[in-house]
Amino acid sequence: MTAALALDWATMIALILLGLALLVSIVRIVIGPTLADRVLALDLLTVVAMGFVGAIAIRTGLTLYLDIAIALALLGFLATLAFTRYILSRGRMTQEDPQ
Amino acid sequence: MIIELMIYTGCVLLLLGAGFSLLAAIGVVRFPDLLTRMHAASKAGAVGGGLVLLAVALVSFDSAVALRAVFGIVFLLLTTPVSAHLLARVAYLSGRQPTTPMVLDELTSKRR
Repeated sequence: MTAALALDWATMIALILLGLALLVSIVRIVIGPTLADRVLALDLLTVVAMGFVGAIAIRTGLTLYLDIAIALALLGFLATLAFTRYILSRGRMTQEDPQ
Repeated sequence: MIIELMIYTGCVLLLLGAGFSLLAAIGVVRFPDLLTRMHAASKAGAVGGGLVLLAVALVSFDSAVALRAVFGIVFLLLTTPVSAHLLARVAYLSGRQPTTPMVLDELTSKRR
């Protein structure tokens, strides 16, 4: 088995595994009982999508995809930060409402 | 010889990273509680993404691309614990009791 063929098979299997991971984490986003569960699954979704873009970068040989992957990681971190601020402010309001 | 070795190592790292990502997703669905789900997502997810980026750094024979990939790994390893800590703290402080009882609860004085 040559190196190019091994790389072809490895990227194909990795893309299938990462696609399954995307689908399985979407299940948690849909059925998540609280908002924090959904935010956690969205965070995992951006990290898995970053891995997906990295595998596509290896498969196509276009290393520009790597910049997209890094930007996606930054986007996921900032989105989680914003969602936690939102949950914090909403939790305060629901705590203060009965009083 | 060394090029083929790096490509094979990149293949193994890519498959390992994809497997870790799949395990993290399965853990997020299967675990019973927010904190245990966070345990799966923030550790296995970060390792999966980092291994895929490391595979990109190994397979692309370009120092600029490898440097960017290593910067991506460092960024991921720095930001994932921060976001997991923030999410756990906010979920605790917003008053939702976990379904499984905790052995030790050191934040009861901070709970509003």
